[in-house]
Amino acid sequence: MRRAALALSLLAAAPAFADSTLPAAPLANTQLPDPVLEAKAQALMVTLRCLVCQGQSIADSDAEMAGDMRALVRQRIQAGEQPAQIRDWLVARYGDYVTYDPPFSLLTAPLWIAPLALIAIGLWLARACFRRRRR
Amino acid sequence: MKGLKLWLPLVAFVAVLGIIASALYRPADRTVYSAMVGKPLPAFETPPLLPGKPGLASAAFHDGKPKLLNIFASWCVPCVAEAPQLMALKAAGVTIEGVAIRDTPQAMRDFLARVGDPYAAIGDDTASAVQLSLGSSGVPESFLIDGNGTILLQHVGDIRADEVPGIVAKLRAAR
Repeated sequence: MRRAALALSLLAAAPAFADSTLPAAPLANTQLPDPVLEAKAQALMVTLRCLVCQGQSIADSDAEMAGDMRALVRQRIQAGEQPAQIRDWLVARYGDYVTYDPPFSLLTAPLWIAPLALIAIGLWLARACFRRRRR
Repeated sequence: MKGLKLWLPLVAFVAVLGIIASALYRPADRTVYSAMVGKPLPAFETPPLLPGKPGLASAAFHDGKPKLLNIFASWCVPCVAEAPQLMALKAAGVTIEGVAIRDTPQAMRDFLARVGDPYAAIGDDTASAVQLSLGSSGVPESFLIDGNGTILLQHVGDIRADEVPGIVAKLRAAR
């Protein structure tokens, strides 16, 4: 009885932040007819963050908003816009957070510089170590 | 000097551990805020969703009167919770313009009949185009727009009862 009730309640469970009943936008799940343009759009979409799931790109996400963002990207690519323009348009609205390819800035500088600095320190340590051994 | 050098790696290790531990225990703020605050409202034009209720264009925000732009949907649960606060804002003299995300006329009619209708206009945004152009990442969200069409403030999530007086004051100050 209890098991049946649990199964029933799971069946009735709906997410609190429900999705709309509207079908996905025309270009959300449909590729562009021109494979060159579609490849361009796809390359951009995998570098854009889904703002609902936040850990996924809009190319991976099933969220409705990601679908609408895919439609926006494909529409603009089809209209002849460059991927960099579309990325800039989104960054102007959502900040750098929306792109997985963050531009070089004061905030992101450690990300790029730290590995190089660590390699330099490692080389310096190794050099000192080899010198001592040779002696 | 030698002793100090010996302890340095441990001190550095504990410092990194401390940073990680403090970041783990601080609740992360996952809210995505719009970068459009302080900038002019982007141009848009949406058709009406309901007969008898006008659609919404960005031109409506340039008449010198500050307004509240509410992004909402009939399928959105927190929007139901927000409805009484919007009615209170309307009663306080605030003009509320709505943009309905991915909605249908029938569902919207039922929603408004259930929770009340504070909207001067409701634009139909079937593919979230207006929402994306505003830097909004969910429903409900509200934007305070001054009389010149500049975005003054973004409110993410439903407006709570204790936030109503603050919003009224901010809109009065923007006049």
